[in-house]
Amino acid sequence: MNAVTDQRDFAGEGMYREHILDHYKHPRNFGEWKTCSVSHKELNPVCGDQLSFQLNMDEKGVVKDVRFSGQGCAISIASASLLSDEIKGKTIDQINALSRDTVQELLGVTLGPSRLKCAMLSLDTVKNACQIYQKYHAGGKKHGGH
Amino acid sequence: MKTRASASSNGSRTRNLFPILSRKMRGHPLVYLDNGATTQKPSSVLSAMDSFYKKSYANVHRGIHTLSEEATVAYEHAHENVADFIGASSLREIVFTRGTTDSFNMLSRMLTQTFSRGDEIIVSQAEHHSNLVPWQQLAQQKGLKLSFIPYDSRTGELHWEKLEKMISKKTKVVSLTHVSNVLGFISPLKKISKLVHDHNALLSVDAAQSVARLPINVKKMGVDFLSFSGHKMYGPTASGVLYGREDLFSSLEPAYYGGDMVREVTLNKSTWNDLPWKFEPGTPPIVEGIGLGAAVDFLRAYPLEDIFSHEKKIMAHAMNGLSSLGNITIYGPSSPEQRAGVLAFNVKHVHAHDLSSLLNEDGVAIRAGHHCAMPLMTALNIPASARASFAVYTEKSDIDALVEGVRKAQTIFK
Repeated sequence: MNAVTDQRDFAGEGMYREHILDHYKHPRNFGEWKTCSVSHKELNPVCGDQLSFQLNMDEKGVVKDVRFSGQGCAISIASASLLSDEIKGKTIDQINALSRDTVQELLGVTLGPSRLKCAMLSLDTVKNACQIYQKYHAGGKKHGGH
Repeated sequence: MKTRASASSNGSRTRNLFPILSRKMRGHPLVYLDNGATTQKPSSVLSAMDSFYKKSYANVHRGIHTLSEEATVAYEHAHENVADFIGASSLREIVFTRGTTDSFNMLSRMLTQTFSRGDEIIVSQAEHHSNLVPWQQLAQQKGLKLSFIPYDSRTGELHWEKLEKMISKKTKVVSLTHVSNVLGFISPLKKISKLVHDHNALLSVDAAQSVARLPINVKKMGVDFLSFSGHKMYGPTASGVLYGREDLFSSLEPAYYGGDMVREVTLNKSTWNDLPWKFEPGTPPIVEGIGLGAAVDFLRAYPLEDIFSHEKKIMAHAMNGLSSLGNITIYGPSSPEQRAGVLAFNVKHVHAHDLSSLLNEDGVAIRAGHHCAMPLMTALNIPASARASFAVYTEKSDIDALVEGVRKAQTIFK
């Protein structure tokens, strides 16, 4: 297909399906804890939206529970909400294996390049939070056996 | 283009001069309302560049051959054309740059070479990053003071009266936007110019949003430096202008060095070429400059007074249409009379990105984000906004499509 006339069918109105709007209006695991294992905030420089994730990890490095907060569009908030459920019970390695495809599968839509940035903000934030957690605990007793 | 057209009565005829506007978006006519980011190009600009490449292309100011001579004449003529368009004395006051950002980087470097520690630069809280970050960085490097005229939430403009209290003998330059790229207000430049010059400071103006919307005459407005981009005035990307008063340009040292900007070079010393070439090092954007000249010709066919009043009618139609929907916040002055072509707004419960995605489905292109003015977004206490911005080819039906799309988005996010 000619790149100029190619109007690929990236989800438009179909992007705003019922479950995406539901996660946007009623985000799961939304809020802030006073203390947690690790907390991290990321900014989408394109639009100024920001998301903050807090993770509580157990001794084996598994995500026990999660909270997120911030402001953003329906795609970024719904992605964060869906992802917050998805990562519960997962190890850091399992979280690192999550990809943009995972996020689009959770949302149930294929996104164009600009909206993909909105969707990926939550996964980037979670992965970076995990990296910070690992760095902080590197060589510590929790990861001593690995 | 010698015939004068009317932007207000010939809306659809104007549209036909822009090939891209005949493109269909998912079956809808393209409604292009992102002109504050960049305007589309008329056939006359495209063909001027194409025919220059095909018939007269060579480097300028170098070869003693026909092509180089033709290219030099055309490139210099484009400077003269721009000089005439903004009321400059001659091409000696017109430096071609790659755009507004390049103009500000160059100007801030040239000016701050003459400043001393503790000297002050005044900008505003509403500046585009291009008229903030260069000054901010140089101020930090050179120990200069950077002050800001604050945003005034009562008027949707700046606290103009505060400038009078801020300005002092330490103030060396005041650099302000002519038309805000978010709030759409028009700065009272004549008044500001008097105040600035009474304090022996210089006035630099960002005309990126105004040059294709309002009549500009640098001498009548009392502006010392003026920066703008070609691509926001129907010309090509990588073209732009830094205007400077000749006496100031004569005394300033260049910020960038290389070929063509020199008169004589020895291994240890160089002297500079005449104005404006001493500020245009290297092979300049020749064809882009030719395209910019053609864009000026295009704009001459539409008196700027007509474009201004056309865009004001469009603005009034848009402000009325959006307000009638309810739950809409419009940023900037509440009267369309005080605005020029830029309309930023937010829809309650609908993030600007989502709005833009939904409008895009109906072929309506608007901007969503911080509009390269993050400090202003902070002052407005919003992360982002939607922005519709108009041009000579914008019609009332374009606005109707926008309003209908916003209404649809409100239904989806209800």
